[in-house]
Amino acid sequence: MSENDRQQRRAALAAALLRLLPADAVLFREEELIPYECDGLSAYRHVPLLVLLPHTTEQVQAILRYCHAERIPVVARGAGTGLSGGALPHEEGVLLSLARLNRILEVDPDNMQARVQPGVRNLAISEAAKPHGLYYAPDPSSQIACSIGGNVAENAGGVHCLKYGLTVHNLLEVKLLTMDGELITLGGAGLDGPGLDMLALITGSEGMLGLVVEARIKLLPIPERRQVALAAFDDVETAGNAVARIIAMGILPAGLEMMDNLALRAAEEFAHAGYPTDAAAILLCEVDGGSAEVSEQILQVRKILLEAGAREVRTAADEAERLRFWAGRKNAFPAVGRISPDYYCMDGTIPRHQLARVLREIDGMSRRHGLRCANVFHAGDGNLHPLILYDANQPGELERAERFGGEILELCVAVGGTITGEHGVGLEKIDQMCAQFPDPELSLFHAVKAVFDPLGLLNPGKAIPTLARCAEFGAMHVHAGQTRFPELERF
Amino acid sequence: MNTSQDLSDALREQVLKAATAVEPLALQGGNSKAFYGRRSSGRPLALAGHRGIVGYEPSELVISARAGTPLEEIETTLAAQGQMLPFEPPHFGPGGTIGGAIACGLGGPRRPWGGAPRDLLLGVKLLDGRGQILEFGGRVMKNVAGYDISRLMVGAMGTLGILLEVSIKVLPAPPEEHTLQFESHEQGNRTLTSKLLRKGLPVTASYAHHGVLRVRLACGEERLRQIRQRYGGEVYADAEGFWRRLRDQHLAFFADRTPLWRLSLPQAAPLELPGPLLSEWGGALRWLKSAEPAAQIRAALAKQGGHAILFRNGDPEGEIFHPLQVRVARLHQAIKKAFDPQGIFNPGRLYEAL
Repeated sequence: MSENDRQQRRAALAAALLRLLPADAVLFREEELIPYECDGLSAYRHVPLLVLLPHTTEQVQAILRYCHAERIPVVARGAGTGLSGGALPHEEGVLLSLARLNRILEVDPDNMQARVQPGVRNLAISEAAKPHGLYYAPDPSSQIACSIGGNVAENAGGVHCLKYGLTVHNLLEVKLLTMDGELITLGGAGLDGPGLDMLALITGSEGMLGLVVEARIKLLPIPERRQVALAAFDDVETAGNAVARIIAMGILPAGLEMMDNLALRAAEEFAHAGYPTDAAAILLCEVDGGSAEVSEQILQVRKILLEAGAREVRTAADEAERLRFWAGRKNAFPAVGRISPDYYCMDGTIPRHQLARVLREIDGMSRRHGLRCANVFHAGDGNLHPLILYDANQPGELERAERFGGEILELCVAVGGTITGEHGVGLEKIDQMCAQFPDPELSLFHAVKAVFDPLGLLNPGKAIPTLARCAEFGAMHVHAGQTRFPELERF
Repeated sequence: MNTSQDLSDALREQVLKAATAVEPLALQGGNSKAFYGRRSSGRPLALAGHRGIVGYEPSELVISARAGTPLEEIETTLAAQGQMLPFEPPHFGPGGTIGGAIACGLGGPRRPWGGAPRDLLLGVKLLDGRGQILEFGGRVMKNVAGYDISRLMVGAMGTLGILLEVSIKVLPAPPEEHTLQFESHEQGNRTLTSKLLRKGLPVTASYAHHGVLRVRLACGEERLRQIRQRYGGEVYADAEGFWRRLRDQHLAFFADRTPLWRLSLPQAAPLELPGPLLSEWGGALRWLKSAEPAAQIRAALAKQGGHAILFRNGDPEGEIFHPLQVRVARLHQAIKKAFDPQGIFNPGRLYEAL
């Protein structure tokens, strides 16, 4: 489409949607559209035809009905913090932001649940529940900004998943709009819903099957006490083995996180958490519960860590120090962002006992590609976040970083893990889906997509690769050195 | 003793044959939950021979087993390492299999705190209606690649495919559990339950019936003493046997021919339906014996955002599971078609049109 045609198309579409929506809900000027051209994965950018900012479920419904009738692609966006390009706009479609559906509809302390609109921020739920002694457990690092609709779409996790689960474990019911604008309810206000578990199917479906317009989530009692131990290790492998030891000893930590030397040094410089910067790796192990049990467990954890070869184990002296220990970890990504012009965050999950092997191989790749890599690891649930450091202004570095990242993900699959633990496939990992799933499984995914969205208008081209794309990707592996996503512009 | 046997190929052939002939199959694990759900026509296909634990590494907190593996074998294996299936699956009778437990999707007394079968299922190997062996999910805790097909199998009652293998998250078993008994009127017990739950006490099971409240707590003697000091309650002696009888519905409450309803609703939601009631899961699961019209019971539940299943003593040709929204029912049929185009797996077991 020529630029002129495109402008005409945009103007016509804007006029049509302005008949359905209030004026402030339709953005069509180039300068208004630019801020929406990417999500948290800023390497890929597209300007959509329009950005729509509806205020109500009825307006969302009207948009979907119109786009369904006119065969216009729709990409949903929450807070835009996603890291896999799931909310990357479609150039021929509309970007539908759910940010204005941001009301907490009900906090129900007796039933320990809340009903919220999709644009409500993750942390805002815990803040609203706090006066009742309750909180919402999943805590992705972006929780200050990310919204619950996006959390459902990505099945977001956090640092407390081992004990408290992911979004799917803390979600009771959603109201969902299908692409043709029909409103359905999945799940229920009790602990289970009727019929097939379509609530689980929707969770983590990356905006491909429907749009969440309301969610009912579980609230948990704020633990009486939390305590964290920080252990320093002289080598990464010993730290990895210590994780297995803690779990084998029957302890279920609320959080169990590991950082390697590069990551912990960056975090220390950024957050002044008090990390021992000469350690090869640190482990953070948090336990929570009743005061007496926490005291007992933290002693046990300390003993296990020392026996497992920790050089030093510290426990937080007070709540302020506990929060400092966590601040380093929660800010690891921006901290790494300060020591490198750009970084590329990976999200593979592996069986924990493969950790030492995977880290060794990542180290080898790092040398081969000539790029540094900092490792941050949700050790409790085997979710690895290698951060590949690169400089997009150096010709070829982004491509190298992407190849490095692709190799890490394929390694995760090879050792029995997965290409994404919590960030989603989006556009970013669509080629690695071919490494993880054979054609029959991919075909079934497409069949499921067709059940909800037979015209393929919701978030086209994301999450599930076409079989043709996988065939091409297989061929590309032979011709190493080719660029991924040749159809996309680079920034 | 524990045998191990891989019948994947033989089962695949059976499915291909049935699909070609468009001949429905009635899938059968241990046959311990035959009473549950609608009656399915079709040739019985025995699955219990496909059995054996194929992977268990305690420090990974995951067990993988062929679907015909007896629940008992899995529980014994886990207990030897101080671990457990956190959803405390009901056995109902001898011979129950892990595949049956997942397909029926029922959790026992620990379910609200330990997790539901769908919460703990990490991956499946599935034989679909085309005779394809497909793998979804895996053996790792976090996995968001592709749609969550594994969890869709939980509670599907075998209508979407034959489970060949399941991987399940396991947890350390609490080193100690104690049960406290409280006696009060119904409202008093409800208020106390709510207080215990909202204060985050280490509750792992609850039972309320006829003015008696029993609460299982995962804690040591010292904490138990503190809890009793604050909330009262007598230590209940025959706890282990009691919770097992509750789990398997071997209590006297369950021993009659009145229709038994399984009600799922918010834990503190009021419910005014006549008939004997037994409450679990802090109130989120209630068992009602009632011969009142189904429509009346379902309407009362729908009002609370919950749903009702006619669990026992219903008409197996009638409506057992809660009716679905029209559009949701259509989606069910389309999903069924994607997995089982010829409609050979347990037709009618979950819903008449499925």
